[in-house]
Amino acid sequence: MQVVATRPKSLTDLQFTYCPGCLHGVAHRLIAEVMDELDIRNETMGVAPVGCSVFAYKFFDCDMQEAAHGRAPAVATGMKRARPDMHVFTYQGDGDLAAIGTAEIIHAANRGEHITVFFVNNAIYGMTGGQMAPTSLPGMKTTTSPYGRDVDDIGYPIRVCELLDSLVAPFYIERVSLLSPAEIIKAKRAVKKALLYNKEERGFTFVEFVSTCPTNWGMDPMKARDWARENMLPFFKAQKFRDKGEE
Amino acid sequence: MGKKVLMKGNEAIAEAAIRAGCRLYFAYPITPQSELIEYMAKMMPKADGVFVQAESEVAAINMVYGAAGCGRRVMTSSSSPGISLKQEGISYIAGAQLPAVIVNVARGGPGLGDIQPAQGDYFQATRGGGHGDYYVICLAPNSVQEFADMASLAFDLADKYRNPVMILADGLLGQMMEPVEFKDALTPEEILEKEKQHWDWCCRPNEDEPNHHHHEINSLEIDPKELEKHVLRLGEKYDLIRENECRWENYNVNDDNELLCCAYGTASRIVKSAIDQLKEEGKNVGMVRPISVWPFPYQQVAAGVGPKVKRVVTFELNLGQMVEDVKLAINGKVPVEFMGKVGGLVFTPEDVKAEIEKYL
Repeated sequence: MQVVATRPKSLTDLQFTYCPGCLHGVAHRLIAEVMDELDIRNETMGVAPVGCSVFAYKFFDCDMQEAAHGRAPAVATGMKRARPDMHVFTYQGDGDLAAIGTAEIIHAANRGEHITVFFVNNAIYGMTGGQMAPTSLPGMKTTTSPYGRDVDDIGYPIRVCELLDSLVAPFYIERVSLLSPAEIIKAKRAVKKALLYNKEERGFTFVEFVSTCPTNWGMDPMKARDWARENMLPFFKAQKFRDKGEE
Repeated sequence: MGKKVLMKGNEAIAEAAIRAGCRLYFAYPITPQSELIEYMAKMMPKADGVFVQAESEVAAINMVYGAAGCGRRVMTSSSSPGISLKQEGISYIAGAQLPAVIVNVARGGPGLGDIQPAQGDYFQATRGGGHGDYYVICLAPNSVQEFADMASLAFDLADKYRNPVMILADGLLGQMMEPVEFKDALTPEEILEKEKQHWDWCCRPNEDEPNHHHHEINSLEIDPKELEKHVLRLGEKYDLIRENECRWENYNVNDDNELLCCAYGTASRIVKSAIDQLKEEGKNVGMVRPISVWPFPYQQVAAGVGPKVKRVVTFELNLGQMVEDVKLAINGKVPVEFMGKVGGLVFTPEDVKAEIEKYL
């Protein structure tokens, strides 16, 4: 008998705590598969955020630190500077990274810290129960925008890749989506590129995943994917913004 | 030990920290501790160390968290408003039981306050400071020499208890120049030995199974029963620190004292001068100076009350904060009085002498 698919070594055997249809598990698996393929698990440390993926420190089978809300890029900076011989990544959601942690992500990117940031954007605060995120779409109804996101009152969603692309230092910035098998395969290529550049000490690398939140969007997983395709992708275009390795 | 050099407190603590094996320093500029960050910017690269000027105090303390979680000797510094910003991170460092050193060159508050020396941060420094049930070990020097000497002590205590240690100075100690003699610098091998004690729990290079480790640096325990266990373990640690790490100085404390003073840091220097002047006039006054303000030396302050002492007077550069601990220590045995000075102003020995004479 031949094993064609198995749990990556870089994931522990704990069951994920995510809702049915959530794409965090897919993102975790892509990162772990790439860690295995690049054979960097034993030289890699990660930082978990506050949000749905708060328990990422239990799921990735490497040394992990749990950061305060939004502070993962600062924690990762301290880790990388303390252990320059190791590779460091953060895994953050949209509330964590694009609201409370805005200063930390911009400055870590601007310093060109040799870390990789994985950013999962599902346009909502999941763990706290579906509040408006900095990436919630115009008109989007959430528990704290019950009448829809009013852009005249609270502004437009923040496009983080575009924001970081205005900085000189970042080495690699790409936005991918996780809405179909083809997109997931493409996303894995971006993850691999980011972690390879990280392994090669090339500079700051950033991958944004356009994702879904079936539970808090109030949709079944397939409908959530359709909704994301129709509403999120036009605003958050899946594209490569920066690849200094190709220049 | 080397020869004596004339240095500002801010520079002396930076130099002493590097000699004590600190190789990572993250901070944000603020007066009156600027010479500290500037010294680190200049000297850390020469010591093969890391200096990062962070985007905020919040980021700086979280960089400290990350480096401490890798078991390295790491420090940050700031002054009162910046220390307030660091409190979130200090709480996480205490919760995750990481060794780290934080220097507070305190200034006048509340809010933006001013940039002169003050002791208004006593409550914050001795009651944890951030959210949750925790303490930081807090050392309060009263000279540039003692400030510098506390660097290696602070790192050793942080290592021993896996707990944040704060050195609580003030703008006067930071800015003042005094002769200081430094301890010999730790060699890279000695620093590595110190850091190795953390290798069984910190983030570090890994191996394949069966020697693979999965170290988590974390303060989250979502199950209340688990959090209870964790906080109770912290409580046991704090009891141990209270038992072992009280530090204090008795100044002219004897059985013929007519009055006992209590003061820490800059205020204690002025009280010393007043006690010396009173001595020349034949008046016998003593002082207990807490050096660790947490753990507070309650027993030692109580023991300083001699048979003829009718009153204890506490002197602070605030509205009266440590006096609450002094009252707990004295526990009603004799009346406890308080004299304070606020606004970043400092009382003179004559002011202190006049206050003492009121009660003689």
